[in-house]
Amino acid sequence: MRDEKLLAKKVKNVRQKKALKTSLIYVFLVLGGVTMILPFLWMVSTSLKSYNSVFIFNIKDIQWLPNPVYWKNYIDVWNVVPFARFYVNSIFVCVAVTFGQVATSAFAAYAFARLRFPGRDKLFFAYLATMMIPGSVTMIPVFALMRTFGWIDSYKALIIPSIFTAYGTFLLRQFFMTLPRDLEDAAKIDGCSLWGIFWRVILPLSNTALATLTIFVSLGNWVSFMWPLLVTNSIEKRTLPIGLAYFQELYQYAQPDWGLLMAGSLITMVPIIIVFLFNQRFFIEGIKLTGMKG
Amino acid sequence: MTKLKSSEKEAIAGYLFILPNFLGFAIFTLVPVILSFLLSFVSWDMLSAPKFIGLANFINLVGFHKEAGLFVANDPLFWKCLGNTLYLMMIIPIEIMASLGLALIVNHKIKGINLFKTIYFLPTITNGVAICLLWAWIYNFDFGLLNNIIIKFGNLLGVHLQGIPWLTSTAWAKPSLMMMGLWIMMGGYNMILFLAALQGVPRELYEAAEIDGAGSWERFWAITWPMISPTTFFIAVMAVIGGFQGGFMQAYIMTGGGPDRSTTTLEYLIYNHLYSWQHVGYAAGIAWFVFIIVFLVTLFNWRFGGKLVQYSHY
Repeated sequence: MRDEKLLAKKVKNVRQKKALKTSLIYVFLVLGGVTMILPFLWMVSTSLKSYNSVFIFNIKDIQWLPNPVYWKNYIDVWNVVPFARFYVNSIFVCVAVTFGQVATSAFAAYAFARLRFPGRDKLFFAYLATMMIPGSVTMIPVFALMRTFGWIDSYKALIIPSIFTAYGTFLLRQFFMTLPRDLEDAAKIDGCSLWGIFWRVILPLSNTALATLTIFVSLGNWVSFMWPLLVTNSIEKRTLPIGLAYFQELYQYAQPDWGLLMAGSLITMVPIIIVFLFNQRFFIEGIKLTGMKG
Repeated sequence: MTKLKSSEKEAIAGYLFILPNFLGFAIFTLVPVILSFLLSFVSWDMLSAPKFIGLANFINLVGFHKEAGLFVANDPLFWKCLGNTLYLMMIIPIEIMASLGLALIVNHKIKGINLFKTIYFLPTITNGVAICLLWAWIYNFDFGLLNNIIIKFGNLLGVHLQGIPWLTSTAWAKPSLMMMGLWIMMGGYNMILFLAALQGVPRELYEAAEIDGAGSWERFWAITWPMISPTTFFIAVMAVIGGFQGGFMQAYIMTGGGPDRSTTTLEYLIYNHLYSWQHVGYAAGIAWFVFIIVFLVTLFNWRFGGKLVQYSHY
């Protein structure tokens, strides 16, 4: 009888402890969440304020909920700078680079992973070795090359040098190496050509890796800043990040229209957040994959 | 037509598969590496012909000369920027600890955890320019949110508090950028890596420790910390490598590298030499300096990485 009571008490204690722990975790979670989300909420709040009410500071009041809500920023932003043009440029460049990189990387990765030819391993080592070279080392001569080619301020300069990276080849090669060979052998016996094996066996088995690379390359290109800044001059060739920077430069000598700037910034964020929400799994897998290989 | 052996066929196919990627790789990576090495020995403004100047770029960069009996750096700006870069990197340990802390919290299977993970990850998937603009606005001296809060807080206490010149004073500019960096980094890639590492620690170890009566603090230091040390080491090495190449966008968007060059990092200095001042050879020299540092860090990683961390035998 006494033992039972004691046991009941113990169980209750453990339960209470667990409940306490869970609530503590929630407290930390919410604290972290608030820290991360508040600046973004301020961004949204600012984007819904008119030029004058952004500076509501005069009456010493922090206004989180804009009153009145000023939607016009989201219309004006397309006219103050050629935002639609930036958008189209960004999408075009991003799609071209991503497609080019995933395709050429997949070809090369297949050869490195599966085909035997003289010099293969030395070549792969050269690919690997370049991965730790800082971007600025190669960026300087490539920038000079662009000038020599007369590619400055063209889509060619925005797209072509960004397609070829050792990283994509490396990532896919590592993945192809893990695929079982049985299917390929079976295909070979059935008289499938090497191209057929690549196209009908390897690629369909590599959906996850291809999706991961696609997402990483497109995200990287969508936010890429220094290179497009270097090789574009005219407003018409700017991508979104550079366009935003240009937008801000318009206000160099005055207090910027922060409402407009924040609206513009938010517009650039939306597509990538949607892509992320639908592909979270690949993001996480990709990070783990690259992290583990380190 | 002679019939090819299957191994020859395979070799030809191999070269063909690699060709498109290799052509681009050769033109935009391999050859440029060599070119940039050569560029670091010339003086070139991209208009006139490049002039070979031997080691002059490097002597200017890291050399000293005597001036009135004192050793003075040939290029004080370079040293200042190197100092700025190292200063900004001091946030790395705090960033790593914050990421680990968040990962430890997120590593509980409770309701709504995925929502929190997504929120923590938001800055990582956001366009960096948008983030820089947002923080420039928050740090704004006259109308920014932070100074607004400080002054309100002062009013509440009945004292007159001054706003902080977050981005416009040499004392505050770097800490402000570091704070922003912490906010961006803590819930990003590193948290995900730590989370994966934490989930890789075998349950049995914790169960055994619990039976031995170890508290959660002891369990962390005796099991978690050593078991995730490879990940911690990897993250630290990558952060240092990234740190030497960082700071460009913040400088460009938020501070212009100022005030008084206090937020100009090596990367921004390279951009200035290359683009603003047309010192192409000198820019290449700095880039190679950064390369050498990164190379040494990588060597250190290869040489000592295995000894400093605990690799599990599971």
